[in-house]
Amino acid sequence: MSDEKKFAGYICTGCGIGDRLDAGQLETTATRDGKMQSCKQHEMLCSAEGVKMIRDDIDNDGVTHIMLGACSRRAKVEAFNFTEVAMTRANLREGVIWARPDEDELTETTQEMADDYIRMACAELKSMNIPKPSGEQGLNRNILVVGGGVSGMTAAIEAAAAGYSIHLVEKTGSLGGHAAGLYKRVPFRAAAPGVGNDPHAQLPDAEEPGVDELIARVEADQRITVHLNSTVTKTSGAPGRFSADISTESGGTTTENFGAIVQASGFKPYDAAQLPEFAYGKTPDVLTNFELEKLAKEANGGPLKRPSDGKEVKSVAFVQCAGQRSQKEGHLAYCSGFCCTESIKQAIYFKDQNPDCDTTIIYSDLRTPGAAGEDFYRAGQEKMVIFTKGQVAEVSSSGDALSVKFKDLILDEDTEMTADLVVLATGMVPNSGPDPYASSESQEEMSDEEKEEANAAAEVAVSVESILNLDYRQGTDLPQLKYGFVDSHFICFPYETRRTGIYAAGPVRRPMDMKQAMDDAAGAAMKAIKECELAAHGAAAHPRVGDLSYPSFRKEGCTQCKRCTVECPFGAINEDEERYPLFNESRCRRCGTCMGACPVRVISFDNYSVETVGQQIKNVEIPDEFDEKPRILVLACENDAYPALDQAAMSGEKISQWARIIPVRCLGSVSMSWITDSLNSGYDGIVLMGCRRDEDYQCHFVRGSKMAAERMSKVGDTLESLNLEPERVAVHEVAITDIQRAPQLIQDMADVVEKVGMSPFKF
Amino acid sequence: MSDMNTAMVERYRNNFLKEVESHVEEGEWVKMCMQCGVCSGSCPLGNAWAHPPQELFMMIRAGKREEVLTSDSMWMCTSCYNCIVRCPRELPITHIMHGLAHYAKRLGLVPKKQPTNEFAEIFWNNMMKKGRVNELKLGLSMYFKDGFSQGIKNALANQKLGQSMMKAKRMNPMEIIGGHGIKNPSELQKIIQKAQEIEDKKLQGAN
Repeated sequence: MSDEKKFAGYICTGCGIGDRLDAGQLETTATRDGKMQSCKQHEMLCSAEGVKMIRDDIDNDGVTHIMLGACSRRAKVEAFNFTEVAMTRANLREGVIWARPDEDELTETTQEMADDYIRMACAELKSMNIPKPSGEQGLNRNILVVGGGVSGMTAAIEAAAAGYSIHLVEKTGSLGGHAAGLYKRVPFRAAAPGVGNDPHAQLPDAEEPGVDELIARVEADQRITVHLNSTVTKTSGAPGRFSADISTESGGTTTENFGAIVQASGFKPYDAAQLPEFAYGKTPDVLTNFELEKLAKEANGGPLKRPSDGKEVKSVAFVQCAGQRSQKEGHLAYCSGFCCTESIKQAIYFKDQNPDCDTTIIYSDLRTPGAAGEDFYRAGQEKMVIFTKGQVAEVSSSGDALSVKFKDLILDEDTEMTADLVVLATGMVPNSGPDPYASSESQEEMSDEEKEEANAAAEVAVSVESILNLDYRQGTDLPQLKYGFVDSHFICFPYETRRTGIYAAGPVRRPMDMKQAMDDAAGAAMKAIKECELAAHGAAAHPRVGDLSYPSFRKEGCTQCKRCTVECPFGAINEDEERYPLFNESRCRRCGTCMGACPVRVISFDNYSVETVGQQIKNVEIPDEFDEKPRILVLACENDAYPALDQAAMSGEKISQWARIIPVRCLGSVSMSWITDSLNSGYDGIVLMGCRRDEDYQCHFVRGSKMAAERMSKVGDTLESLNLEPERVAVHEVAITDIQRAPQLIQDMADVVEKVGMSPFKF
Repeated sequence: MSDMNTAMVERYRNNFLKEVESHVEEGEWVKMCMQCGVCSGSCPLGNAWAHPPQELFMMIRAGKREEVLTSDSMWMCTSCYNCIVRCPRELPITHIMHGLAHYAKRLGLVPKKQPTNEFAEIFWNNMMKKGRVNELKLGLSMYFKDGFSQGIKNALANQKLGQSMMKAKRMNPMEIIGGHGIKNPSELQKIIQKAQEIEDKKLQGAN
C-alpha cells in the first residue's frame, strides 16, 4: 500500500439528522472547508447497505481516511469497525440534533453547530495517521507468579489450566503461606437452598483447609515450575517481554522471560505487641487469632489448653477489631474482613470440644462476607456461642483468670467478664514492597531542605524489602492505593495495578479471606493471560483495550526535562543511555498524560496528538464579536464526561448552542497550548471536564485528572497576560452519572460569557 | 413456687440462656437473635417498655436472670405480631414474650400489681369455677380488684356502658346468681390439675 492518503466523508441522514439539518450544506462543508476528496450521503449509514458503501470505497477506491458525520463515536461501534483506516466521527446526532430544541428560530445555530463539527472532524482526520503496532514484543505465554500462598497457587493453577506456563516463586521453603497453618477453614458454601432459620437448621460447618490438595495440584502440574526459597531480584522489560531474575537463597540465579506477572505476596499478621491495653505480651493467655489457630492445629481436635498453666479452657472471650478500624496510632484504620468469620470458626472449636465452654465474641459490628458468611454466623449461634455487641476497653490478669472490661453497646453499660483465655482478632497488613510515590507525594509541600531531611529519615525507616525489584525509572515496586495495598481502584478496575501487565491478587490487593483470595487469584490470572495476548498484538490494556496507537517523540525537539517520565501514571517511560525518554509501548495505557505534560509538545500518538486536537480548535468558525455568538470550547474526558453529555442528549437535556465539544483521552493529555491557542483565537470560554481526582478518584488513568488540575491551576498567568477574565476557564470534575449537571456546567459558562462579555480576540 | 426458683438458680448457675432454652416456650430461639433491633423499632408500645425484645434477648445472653424475670416488659406485649412479621431471623418474638411471662409467673417472680398478670389470674379463676367464663362476674372482679370503694367508683364510671349492654341483651344480670357452665366442672378441674402436675414435674425433673 502506498503512503498516499485518501480522504472520504460520509453524512448519515437517518435518526432525524436529515430532517433537522441541511445535509447538502454539510456535504459542501466537508468537501470545501474540510477538504474531503469525496463526500457521500446515506439515509442510514449504520445499515448493512451503508456499511457496505464505505467498505467498498476502502477496498476499491483506496480510501485511507474516513470521516463519519452521524451519531456519537460511542454509538454503533460494531457497525463502523474499520480497523485498517483512520476514522473520525462528527457527532451530529447526540452532539447536535438531540442536544438542541427543534424550533424554527434555532435552526440557524443548530446548523452552525453541525457545520463546525464536520469541519472539526475533517481537520482532525487530516492530521491523523493509521496506528500500527510497534512489534516491540511477540507472544510470550509465560506468566510469573510471585508468592506461593493460596492466592499464588490458585493463580498458577488457573493460568496453567488455560495452557500457560507458570513460574511460581516462593520466598520460604514450602508452599501454602499462612493457610498452611490453618486447622480448619471457614466454609466456602452457604447452607443448602430451603434451609430455614430455626435453631436446628442444617448449617455449614468449618471445613478442612484444603491447602495440601492445592499444593499437590501445583506440584503435579507440568506447566508450573516452583521456585522455593527464592525471590525476584530484578524485573525489567514490559508486558510481553518481561525479564525476571529469580534468585535462590543459596545465590543461584536464573533469568526467565514472561508475558505478564501476578503478584500474590499476601499479608503479614498485624503486630499485636502494639496492643498493651489488651494485655498482649503480659500474659501468654492473651493470644492473637493467628496464634490460637496454631494452638488448635497442635491440639488437633483435642481439648484446647491454656498456654500459661495447661489448664483446659472453660471460658474464652474473643475481642473483635483488635487494633483495627481505629484511628489510634499504630492501629489499622481498615477492616480486615476475615476476622469475624475467623473468630466464629475458632469459637466453634471450643464448643465442639466442650459444649459447656463459655465462648463470647465481643464485637462492635459483625461482618461476615462470603457465601457462607451469614449462615456460618448462625451456625455459631446455634452452638450457643454468645455474641455480645460491645467495645472492649481493657484486658487484665486477675488472679487465675483474665478480666475483660467492655462497654455493652446494647444494654449501654460498662461491664466486665472473666475468661480463661482471650483471643484478639487482629488484622492483616499487606506484604507489599516500598511505594514508589510514598516520599514524593507527601513531600510536595516541603522545601528542599525539609525534603533532604525527610529522605534521610526515610532511608533509616524504610526497611521494607522490595518484592519485584522493578528496573523502572519510577520505583522498584507497585504503587500503593491505600494503607499499603497495591491496586489502582478497588471497585472499578480490580487487579489492574499502576504497572501494566503486573496484576495484584489476594490480600496484598485488599484485605480478604481465603475464598475471596482464590476468586481474586482466578481474576488476576485471567487479566495476566489477556495481557500476554494483547501485548503480542501491540494492543493496549484497560481501559483503552485494543488500542494500537502508542506514544512516540520527536527527538530533536526534546529538552530531556523528564516531565513525561515523572507524570506517567503507569511508569511506562524509562530513560535511555542518552537520557532521552524511552517509551515502553506495552506498559503504556495510552492516556496521553505524557503528551499533556510535555512542555515542548514533541510527544504524540498516530491518531491523537497536539495537532489533531489543535486543528479541531482552529477549524471552528469564530463569528465576529458583534454577532453575539460566543464559542465555548469543551474538552471532555472520553471516559466519563463525554458519555455523560451523550447520555444527557439522549434523555432530552439541552446543551448550549455555543459549545464545541472535543473528547480527550484523559484530561491529563490536555496540552496547555490548546488553552492558550483557543484563547488567542477568540474562544469566549473554556470548560474542562475530567473525572474525580481526590483520594476517592474516578480517573481511569489514576492521576491524569489530578495532573491536569495542577497544570490548569497555573492558567491564571496566561489569562492575565492576555488581559482576560479568570472565570473564562473552568475545570470541573464530572461523573458519568452527571446527566443534568454536565450540560448545566456548559450553560454556566455561557452565562459567564454573557456577563463578562465577548472575547476581544476575534479576528 | 420460689422453691422452684431457687432450684432453677442452683441448676443453671450462670447459664441463663440455657435455662431459657430449656424452660421457656420457644426459648431455644433466643440465641439466634442477631441484635438488629427491628423488633424494638416495630413494637407499637415499645417506648412504654423498660426493655424492648432486643434488649431482653441481650440481657438473657448476658445472664441477667433476676432483671429479666422480674421485669414488667414482656407483660406489656399486646400480641400485635409486628415483630414476628418483621424479624429477619424469623424469631417467634411474641410467643417468646409470653413464654417469658409464663415462666416468671411459675417461678413466682411477677412484679406485684402487674395488671396483665392480675387480669389473667382473675380470668383463670373465673373460668375454672364453671368451665365457662362468666362475663358479668369477670367484669365485677376486675372493678373490685383494688378494694371496695375503688370498685364502686369503677362501676359508676362504666354505668352507662353496662346499662346499654343489658338493654341490647349483651349481658344478662341473672348471671350474678350461679351463671351458666359446663355439665361437669369438677372433671375439668381434675384434668387441669393433672396437667399442672405433669408440667411441674417437667420443670423440676430433668432438663
